[in-house]
Amino acid sequence: MSSENKGKLKFAFYWAASCGGCEIAVLDINEKILEVVEHVDILFWPVAMDTKYSDVEAMDDESLDVCFFNGAIRTSENEHMAKLLRKKAKILVAFGSCAADGCIPGLANVSNREEIFDVAYVDNPSTDNPGKVTPKTKTRVSEGELTLPEFYDTVKTLDQVVDVDYYIPGCPPPTKLISQAIDAIVENKLPPKGSVLAPLKSVCDECPRERSEKKIKEIKRVYEVENVDPNVCLLEQGIICMGPATRGGCGAACLDANMPCTGCGGPTPNSFDQGAKMLSALASVLGVENEENMSEEEIRKLVDQVKDPLGTFYRYTLPRSLINRRVIKK
Amino acid sequence: MSDFEPNIVAFLCNWCAYAGADLAGTSRLIYPANVKPIRVMCSGRVDPVFVLEALKKGADGVLIAGCHPGDCHYQSGNYKANRRVILLKELLQQLNINPRRVRFEYVSASEGQKFANVVKEFVEEIKEIGPNPLRGEQ
Amino acid sequence: MDRIGVFVCHCGVNIAATVDVDEVVDFAGKLDGVVVSKSYKYMCSDNGANLIKESIKKFKLDGVVVASCSPQMHEHTFRRVVEEAGLNPFVLEIANIREQCSWVHPDRKEATEKAKLLVKGAVAKVRLLEPLVREKVKVTPKALVVGGGIAGIQASLDLSEKGFHVYLVEKEPSIGGRMAQLDKTFPTLDCASCILTPKMMDVKNHPNIELFAYSEVVSVDGSIGNYRVKVVRKPRYVDFDKCTGCGDCVNVCRMKGKVPDEFNMNLGKRGAVYIPFPQAIPLKATIDPEQCLFLRYGKCGRSPACQDVCEAEAIDFTQREELVEFEVGVIVVATGYDLLDPSALYEYGYSRYKDVITTLELERLISSSGPTGGEIVCPSDQRKPGSVTFVLCVGSRDETVCTWCCRVGCMTALKQAYLLREHLGDDVEINICYTDIRSFGKRYEEFYRRIRGVKTNFFRGRPSEVKEKKDGLTIDVFDTMTNKLFEIKTDLVVLVPAVVPRNDSSDLGKILHVSRGADGFFLEAHPKLKPMDTFTDGIFIAGCCQGPKDIQDSVAQASGAASRAANILSKEELEAEPLIAFVDEDFCSGCATCVSVCSFNAIELMKKEDNKYVARVVEALCKGCGSCVAACPSGAMQQKGFKDDQILAVVDVLGGEA
Repeated sequence: MSSENKGKLKFAFYWAASCGGCEIAVLDINEKILEVVEHVDILFWPVAMDTKYSDVEAMDDESLDVCFFNGAIRTSENEHMAKLLRKKAKILVAFGSCAADGCIPGLANVSNREEIFDVAYVDNPSTDNPGKVTPKTKTRVSEGELTLPEFYDTVKTLDQVVDVDYYIPGCPPPTKLISQAIDAIVENKLPPKGSVLAPLKSVCDECPRERSEKKIKEIKRVYEVENVDPNVCLLEQGIICMGPATRGGCGAACLDANMPCTGCGGPTPNSFDQGAKMLSALASVLGVENEENMSEEEIRKLVDQVKDPLGTFYRYTLPRSLINRRVIKK
Repeated sequence: MSDFEPNIVAFLCNWCAYAGADLAGTSRLIYPANVKPIRVMCSGRVDPVFVLEALKKGADGVLIAGCHPGDCHYQSGNYKANRRVILLKELLQQLNINPRRVRFEYVSASEGQKFANVVKEFVEEIKEIGPNPLRGEQ
Repeated sequence: MDRIGVFVCHCGVNIAATVDVDEVVDFAGKLDGVVVSKSYKYMCSDNGANLIKESIKKFKLDGVVVASCSPQMHEHTFRRVVEEAGLNPFVLEIANIREQCSWVHPDRKEATEKAKLLVKGAVAKVRLLEPLVREKVKVTPKALVVGGGIAGIQASLDLSEKGFHVYLVEKEPSIGGRMAQLDKTFPTLDCASCILTPKMMDVKNHPNIELFAYSEVVSVDGSIGNYRVKVVRKPRYVDFDKCTGCGDCVNVCRMKGKVPDEFNMNLGKRGAVYIPFPQAIPLKATIDPEQCLFLRYGKCGRSPACQDVCEAEAIDFTQREELVEFEVGVIVVATGYDLLDPSALYEYGYSRYKDVITTLELERLISSSGPTGGEIVCPSDQRKPGSVTFVLCVGSRDETVCTWCCRVGCMTALKQAYLLREHLGDDVEINICYTDIRSFGKRYEEFYRRIRGVKTNFFRGRPSEVKEKKDGLTIDVFDTMTNKLFEIKTDLVVLVPAVVPRNDSSDLGKILHVSRGADGFFLEAHPKLKPMDTFTDGIFIAGCCQGPKDIQDSVAQASGAASRAANILSKEELEAEPLIAFVDEDFCSGCATCVSVCSFNAIELMKKEDNKYVARVVEALCKGCGSCVAACPSGAMQQKGFKDDQILAVVDVLGGEA
């Protein structure tokens, strides 16, 4: 990327275990894409171009300047491609929540391969599979042996399988962050390796809602609140909002739509575990006003209002959190 | 399993539980050496992150002990610690980690005996539950 | 820190008998960052201290671990030692291998292994410790006393006598408080005004006391040593300097005799302009804006009579509220109590029957300066009662109203029974319905015996109901001493209501950052050892605002609070404990979680110029519990000496060893 390198920057985009939203997000930068194309040659982008893995394998090591890698590591194919692209790219960017934190695919870590296959292929009302056939890495057919990538028990983040240079969080990454990242790459103004290319502060910093104190008496689902006040902090209205524990950069877009933040920005820089931090924050202020008069039973009732703590607090970060999956009894 | 000696990390608040543990010492009340104390000023300082980290590192049990309700040196840290533990246990359940591995207790500065008893009981309980499955994964 | 010294104490045989000290020393010497590891028989002795000091210099140590007894014993000792050797006192960590190791684990191997682990944890923490500074704070040698009852008066006098300037703020037009309303005091039967008035005069005359009567504290900022106080002086509509207190205006007021007189518990009437009682300090007239015709309607006859009669030309209807600001180093809160409104207990008929009154009302009836000039009469028809019945514990010691004992009810009733006998003679019947007679104070029991001797009927039981019948009131009470149900016919019922917190104590608590207990009274820092302190450093409590008590206890507590306050005022500077919370503003987005978690109002949510929020710790208010740190969802809040990474370093060591 140095400016003396006269040619355009060589880019790759890759899509591992993810929904495809990140690819759309790249297009969401709209006309900026024209500017990008001025500076950038895209050599590999399976969703848009017909390139084969063998073409990538044929590239010289570090011949790609940048690879935006989205998606988590779910299969051996994902891991293979992560390793391959790591080798070929000078800069590997974990692009989006799946690659950075594990995201929604990572929630599968409450389960394992056997259980997932069971639900997906066998024990499912819309599936007719009397032979209980499930994917196998190797299958012999008359023509020879067929292979499939291995489906792992545990979803991993990109940096759990290869060295990652930069992270752009979000599900999908906000266009503003994408533009800024591309600008930084083009202008050679990237921060130190390992940086997250997003603001240091949480979503609350970008949220215009009034806030005063968080003394939550009762937890409510969004639909349970008759008139959600669009100008007041949602947590203060009893709605669980992950904003305080979530890295910003999104402009508090969900809050703007009067919906709570669900945490796709991942943990803030000083946080060791996004889920545990939010769990702690919420438990700290839940019933705080009358805490000295509450019986143990009343406290339990109150805390029980938090349904599915794992799904609430770790929706996007289970694979990268301190305890990254449901424990499988050995 | 009979030779399994649990490793227990104990977060003790300076004013009540830690002082209670000291009193157990002054009174020479014998209890198992499995418990490894960490002094914090208040049980309210105990972040669920610490508990998860201890479990991740392989601790078989985590004890958090603070002042009795109404006695917190800082008025209310113990209430916060209690609520955090209650919610954290629900998370542990979802992670298939036995919530009994985490225990919150009220121990006052005068309850040396109670501290010793809590440790004894907890060690027995963890022996019954068995080793932390995350042990040795790190 | 990577030049750490580890010093393991034998503590005679206390540690060494069970812990293999040499093994611990060897182990510690091999830990990352440790450059020297030594043991000594008694590390807390002068020789031990010198060993540490010499090692710090010789090995250029930047961190120290002492493995010894509990930090509660000698942390301050070793902090001093480290400081004397030129290191920051906060780069020290104690590994408690005595109380929590050698004394409780008799097995030598187990104890040694645990000691090693504790030392390893301490070293891991010291590696991440940072030097901390004890901030010095200059002390403003002035005091604010809130409340001008007997407790506030006593505290003001004590502090002013010690040479400190005192601002005494009283919300009523006069100081004196509840005690000024009393006729006699138990158990000595001293005349309340006779013993109170001289003290009130002292307040008025003391050069160090600045009295703000008819004023209220509206805001308090800052912290121990330097509180910024704002007081609102309510308009009296009377020029304070010109008014001579002659009372001419009081006599000519067109509302005279029409306004319920709160000093007399509304049993008498006053005018719109009034002086609450003859001994009032300051002795100045006050115009009640709610009642004054001129202030309400802009017209009072042809011209306001008070204005016409006042030779000093003191009446000033243009007066406005005045905001006064000053700084003090300490605050003594002595805002007293309210009596429970007995209407809350419907069965006693308080607001329904005129002849059901409270002890404070009876006090005014007995007082010669009261509404009846000391004539004890039934309010309904002004006749002398033939029978008076006291009902004790009205709302007190009652799970449904106030769980606590009012501590003065029994003695008040006994005193009043005595005074009734004295005033009304032998033919009045006196009944006392009690739960237990609590005569616990000095000479109280003797007083109680004396009353039993003056023909008083005692019923041990709580009356179920006060009923009005044609020929007067009747009370049903089941006497648990005789197991009989009595129906008492009586003319006057005197209720002894519970003592409750002032109705504005919640607001005042918020203004002062002083917490209240579940009962609503201000909470002392420790019920036994710090009964006058609050959890807010530099703010003390005295008298009934802390909980029910009698005059002697209020005075004693007030003097105690003044003495505690003087400890601070007599210092030029204070050193603040540095182990407190702090916000890294680069990471804080002002979500305000910490604000709600802090019990000490030590965290402020600031709105910055760009309309963004950030939390800020008021350092002097922070007690260093760390609740906000654990609650902070972003990790922006940390605690000095107990930062996340510092604690996690220990967790990793202790949790990781099987």
